[in-house]
Amino acid sequence: MSVFNAIDEERDIDVNEFTPSLEPQATWCPGCGDFGVLKALKQAMPEVGRTPDETLLVTGIGCSGKLSSYFQSYGFHSIHGRSLPVARAAKLANPDLEVIAAGGDGDGYGIGGNHFMHTARENHDMTYIVFDNEIFGLTKGQTSPTSPKGHKSKTQPRGNAKSPIRPLSLSLTSGATYVARTAAVNPNQAKEILAEAMEHDGFAHVDFLTQCPTWNKDAKQYVPYIDVQDSDDYDFDVHDRREAMEAMHDAEDALYEGKVLTGRFYVNDERPSYQQEKQSTGDMPETPLAERYFDDDYEWERSYDFLDRHK
Amino acid sequence: MTDDELIWRIAGGSGDGIDSTSQNFAKALMRAGLHVFTHRHYPSRIRGGHTYVEIRAADHEVKSRGDNYNFLLALGDSFARNPQEEAYYGNEEIKPLSENLDELREGGVIIYDSGLLDTDDIPDFDERVEENNWHVFDLDLRGLAKEHGREVMRNTAGVGATCAIIDLDLEIVEELMSEAMPEKILEPNLEILRESYEDVKENYDTDVGVTVPESEHDEEQILISGSHGIAYGAIDEGCRFISGYPMTPWTDVFTIMTQHLPDLGGISEQVEDEIAAASLAIGASHAGAKAMSGSSGGGFALMSEPLGLAEITETPIVLVESMRAGPSTGMPTKPEQGDLEHVLYTSQGDSNRVVFAPGDARESYIQTRKAFELAYNYQIPSIILYDQKLSGGHETVTESTFDREPNPDIGEVVTEEDIEQGERLAGRFKRYRYDGEDGVSPRSLPGQKGGNFLASGNEHNEAGHISEDPDNRVTQMDRRMEKLDAIRDELDAMDESHQTVYGDEDADYAILNFGSTKGAVEEAVDMLNEDGHSVKAMNVSDMVPFPKNEVNSFLEGVDEALVVEMNATAQFRRHIQAATGKHGDKLFSLLKYDGNPFEPTDVVDGFEARLDGSAEPAHNTRIESATGD
Repeated sequence: MSVFNAIDEERDIDVNEFTPSLEPQATWCPGCGDFGVLKALKQAMPEVGRTPDETLLVTGIGCSGKLSSYFQSYGFHSIHGRSLPVARAAKLANPDLEVIAAGGDGDGYGIGGNHFMHTARENHDMTYIVFDNEIFGLTKGQTSPTSPKGHKSKTQPRGNAKSPIRPLSLSLTSGATYVARTAAVNPNQAKEILAEAMEHDGFAHVDFLTQCPTWNKDAKQYVPYIDVQDSDDYDFDVHDRREAMEAMHDAEDALYEGKVLTGRFYVNDERPSYQQEKQSTGDMPETPLAERYFDDDYEWERSYDFLDRHK
Repeated sequence: MTDDELIWRIAGGSGDGIDSTSQNFAKALMRAGLHVFTHRHYPSRIRGGHTYVEIRAADHEVKSRGDNYNFLLALGDSFARNPQEEAYYGNEEIKPLSENLDELREGGVIIYDSGLLDTDDIPDFDERVEENNWHVFDLDLRGLAKEHGREVMRNTAGVGATCAIIDLDLEIVEELMSEAMPEKILEPNLEILRESYEDVKENYDTDVGVTVPESEHDEEQILISGSHGIAYGAIDEGCRFISGYPMTPWTDVFTIMTQHLPDLGGISEQVEDEIAAASLAIGASHAGAKAMSGSSGGGFALMSEPLGLAEITETPIVLVESMRAGPSTGMPTKPEQGDLEHVLYTSQGDSNRVVFAPGDARESYIQTRKAFELAYNYQIPSIILYDQKLSGGHETVTESTFDREPNPDIGEVVTEEDIEQGERLAGRFKRYRYDGEDGVSPRSLPGQKGGNFLASGNEHNEAGHISEDPDNRVTQMDRRMEKLDAIRDELDAMDESHQTVYGDEDADYAILNFGSTKGAVEEAVDMLNEDGHSVKAMNVSDMVPFPKNEVNSFLEGVDEALVVEMNATAQFRRHIQAATGKHGDKLFSLLKYDGNPFEPTDVVDGFEARLDGSAEPAHNTRIESATGD
């Protein structure tokens, strides 16, 4: 039994529970792909069976960061690129919480790239959603790490000389154990993938394609899409690292040629999560750390006992 | 300086076991009933390079490393095995001896390892020995060590010889070695220790006038560094989560905590950078744990952003900043107090944080506990600011300093019943409601039923929703800032102030200082008063919120005050002036920023140079008058 009652609660969850009773007016532009993420996430929650009060959603900054404003759960709207370190410590302190981190492509693959690499490497048990619209939106349309080569913007007026980052490959190489790509224009698949990601025991990374109709004029860029799981043309084993890697490469190349491949690319159920690894080395308590502060019977150790070695 | 003290310097190369040998010997001196203070000098490299540790021991309280020293144990350094005579660093082989002669007192003792060092390489060695009346013992320590065990055990041989000369009971050292060493290496070490001791006793005249007095402690003592003080303070206060990135000298706290936390059901995380480190502490605290992180100058610069995030989201955390000489990478292993303003003001917007700068190992413990208590009770970040000197230097502290009562209280958290009865806004719990007079608002934790809210780095309303409403902004800002007044009131009401006043209350002159300069200044005050001056000192620990009233009344009757600090721009003096709004006509600065801490005579010379011009300011110190009010 947890001292946090919301964690013990087992009941049917309604999609609407995740909508604030007085919904604040979303500041996303009309037609923005971010609405699709919000909707898919809300719909996935009942499938996972998690209540708003046992869920912690940590976001970065930018349009994507506002997700925590429109999603009724415990929220932490942190700073640009830093949602992952905040989220993973909350999960370490209280592993019973459902912890989700979210950010944009600039936020998650640019300024927060280092955290992304290391969180995946450590395989923290959490879900990471990256709103990938290939642009910096809220700062008004600058080139991002996923913008195509040659992309022109106020910060790259002669065209982007850099090749875009490969989020799926990077994630797999770094150590993520669930890697998928979905799109806002594909609500059913998005919901399914998010639910799977949350149920996955390890670091689940979802590259979520979100069109930006304001700054990336090609708002229809992600339609039509191909679900790699539904198409016979893309027959690969998601549990096989090499095959998954190849499929990711193809998907990443194809995206900039106008062919949008989505679905699950890699699933590894074998590798223990970081929490499990840490428990096996004796570096992590069995009982959630956060619970102990409410346990009146817990006997707190004193440094006094260490002082002998200094005598 | 009295002669009834031993200041023993063991010199050699980095990686030669100088540190561990000195720690054991310091403990032996403590067990012999003496008060002990140690000082570490080391270069920023792993092997080779000149390093030394100084141990000062006396039957009275010792608060600094003292002025100069009277016993040198010079061991060969790593370079003897890996000679680089043509290297940029000069002739490294003789450095353990040649580099240390300038500060050896007249009549002092030198033991050098003739198995590795050759005095012929130091041109004026014999003249200097004669001139200063030094007692030289040339002992083949390496040979002896090799004969009974391994070459590295020459340290033990040196300790044995030292005991013979200062007449220290060998049993104390033997006992310590038995506790510290595994069976396999213990036997040869004991043999080397005894043989070296007997060799010196039998074959040399040990009546050289450098001994340690017999003494006994009134209370049980322990030998710890400031870093131990901070780590143990945190543990006793219930901190069970630490995240960090290695950086000298902060690493001391990080590693001490990491050694213990898993056994205490806690979690330690070494992460990818300092932005992550501070962010993890925030995440853990948000979920309901007592958490800390920390770094040194450059790493703390990266923490600037998460620090502000903790302030605006009102997430309690404790950060440690162990200062070293800057700017940038500066001098990684040298102390300075140049990060004061960095810690006071870093991060965007108006700062609301608590900053304590403990002056010694004892205060490090006490003030770390208070920093946690305030952080969690007031939902505000607290910072412990200290420096390389206090970080690594060990000193004797009475065991009773350590409170036996652990305090895992994480401050007030609302109950689920409170939540149910409380007001809501747009479906969310009013986490940031103004709830009382001290600015503290009701806190719920993820997992509590009905308590969901948004912790946002944006300005937000009572439920955490992002808001740019002008009136809300003023209300929230004022509420957060109000906490500092409440905290100052709480600190003022404590039985024991964090500020230490030393000397006669009615003295004509004053010295103000902060942090690790405490001991040297107090010893300087004694020396000045013995010389007929009328001086008192105040070591200030509360940097934010500043103890304005205490400092004002301390300065009230004095003619002049010397502000002693280890930086080039008088940051502390400016902070006093800014916080009190006056005293510009009274304050003078004594500044030192050459990488070495103040020693008592530096302060004495500076004081006399300022007061009546009867002395020259010590080498590498500078006197500067204040400007403005």
